[in-house]
Amino acid sequence: MPEQIRKSRQTKNNTEPATDTSSATVAQSKNMTADLDSLLDEIDEVLEANAEEFVKSYVQKGGQ
Amino acid sequence: MATPKVCGIETEYGIIFKGSDVNPITSSSIIVNAYSQGLADSIGWDYIDEHPGNDARGFSLDDYLFPEFETQLVNTVLTNGARYYVDHAHPEVSTPECRNALEAVLFDRAGEEIVRRSMQIANDGLPPESEIVLYKNNSDGKGNSYGCHENYLVSREVPFTRIAQQITTHFVSRQIFCGAGKVGVEHRGIALKGNMSPWFQLSQRADFFEEEIGLETTLKRPLVNTRDEPHCDPVKYRRLHVIAGDANMSEVATFLKVGTTAIVLAMIEDNVFPEHLVIDDPVRAVRKISHDLSLQTTIAMSDGRQLTAVQIQFELYEAALHYAENFGLESVDQSIGEDVLLRWESVLSGLKNDPFSVAHVVDWVAKLRIVEGYRARHGLQYDNAKLKAIDLQYHDIRIEKCLALRAGLDVLCEQTEVLRSMSHPPTSTRAFFRGSVLQRWPQYVIAANWDSVVFDIPNKGLQRVPMPEPLRGNEALVGALLESSQSPADFIARISSQF
Repeated sequence: MPEQIRKSRQTKNNTEPATDTSSATVAQSKNMTADLDSLLDEIDEVLEANAEEFVKSYVQKGGQ
Repeated sequence: MATPKVCGIETEYGIIFKGSDVNPITSSSIIVNAYSQGLADSIGWDYIDEHPGNDARGFSLDDYLFPEFETQLVNTVLTNGARYYVDHAHPEVSTPECRNALEAVLFDRAGEEIVRRSMQIANDGLPPESEIVLYKNNSDGKGNSYGCHENYLVSREVPFTRIAQQITTHFVSRQIFCGAGKVGVEHRGIALKGNMSPWFQLSQRADFFEEEIGLETTLKRPLVNTRDEPHCDPVKYRRLHVIAGDANMSEVATFLKVGTTAIVLAMIEDNVFPEHLVIDDPVRAVRKISHDLSLQTTIAMSDGRQLTAVQIQFELYEAALHYAENFGLESVDQSIGEDVLLRWESVLSGLKNDPFSVAHVVDWVAKLRIVEGYRARHGLQYDNAKLKAIDLQYHDIRIEKCLALRAGLDVLCEQTEVLRSMSHPPTSTRAFFRGSVLQRWPQYVIAANWDSVVFDIPNKGLQRVPMPEPLRGNEALVGALLESSQSPADFIARISSQF
């Protein structure tokens, strides 16, 4: 195992996520490469209509 | 050799009831009832072995504590082995006991689907102008926090003071990859010297810790909680109850949170945690790290060094790698442990080089990217309510409103497997026994809790089956017996040797 880890470390690009190659036990890892621009285009339709009122009314009882 | 790191996650969900002023205990009860009334085999929780006032330092505050459970009526055990109930005015799901970090992710996700389904059922029965909405977060932005707790099995032989001192280093620094991110600051106490209050921080919870160690969970919260309630053989085990974490929307973040903590605990148990890696003032450090988006702030260590959280985590990672080579990772499940190490190194390198490169796994980065992108596009001030709304909606359980689902986060679990896990227990722990008997003989099970199940057997009365060993009662040990038993009486007669 240690050998395996070291090898993977050497061959892996540092910024690359350790996804499907890292383990067969992990179910598929889908990389949903969301485009931030298109998210920001549609976000106003998803956001609560009155942000100020929503934020103000989001009050919780303290828990643990 | 460290004790197997059996683990689980308890999540309190934020709740609002639009178009109604009923109190949150009632709305939480509506949510849990909506789900459990749809299940014919819903079983009540058995409180006999609950002692939340017992302290790992050796005394009991049970007589002095405010009653822990206000709404005992709304408290159920599910066929996946989980507990679903109302706690402190929030719906809470406690996953069944899991054998490794990946199972914990699976059952945490199943918990999300359970509360999502509850919300749908409840709302179908409400007038159109009313709606109950749940949030998987830990703070309302107004100074009120609710928890996402983790639990890990540790050996009773390890001195608790050593566990507390050493695990604190991890609790303080792990937020760089498992913080869920928050717009604003809620800490009203000590101002950080020389720093303006940040508009965004790494963690939901960091503002709420005031002590290094203690029994409290709702006031003066400690980084290390001393609740000594093992829910299993108290002579052999402890259950480390962790309150110093955020609820994660990212599956990989949950995987890393549980996986790295399990490995660090195994290192502590085998007494190879790097002794010099102790933080001088952890309560201050946890906020200092959370409040610094640059990840450059340094923390005073007990050996005189000044380290960034990324450096502390790299030292922990290197120690863990060394530990894996010398001791193996069987206590956390070998292959899962290896995957944790790979992802741990990957996320730390990403955070070190360019935090935005890990926006697909780290919640605070994913959230920051959306909030800052929106702010820049519309030229908004940092205190604009829309930014806080984005923060809250990142955690919205409604699919059509949830921003985390639109953030491009990596996924570990197959959705079909998640949905199946809403009603099927893990096969690897005693949760298999609990869930399976509830599935098979709900009419004969009158109560269940973490370490026992009570049957009402015709002509024999009540029979309690104790489960002091968290790994016994798994599928390998009782699966065949269960399949071949004609009745619960038959099963109980044959099962006694398996616990």
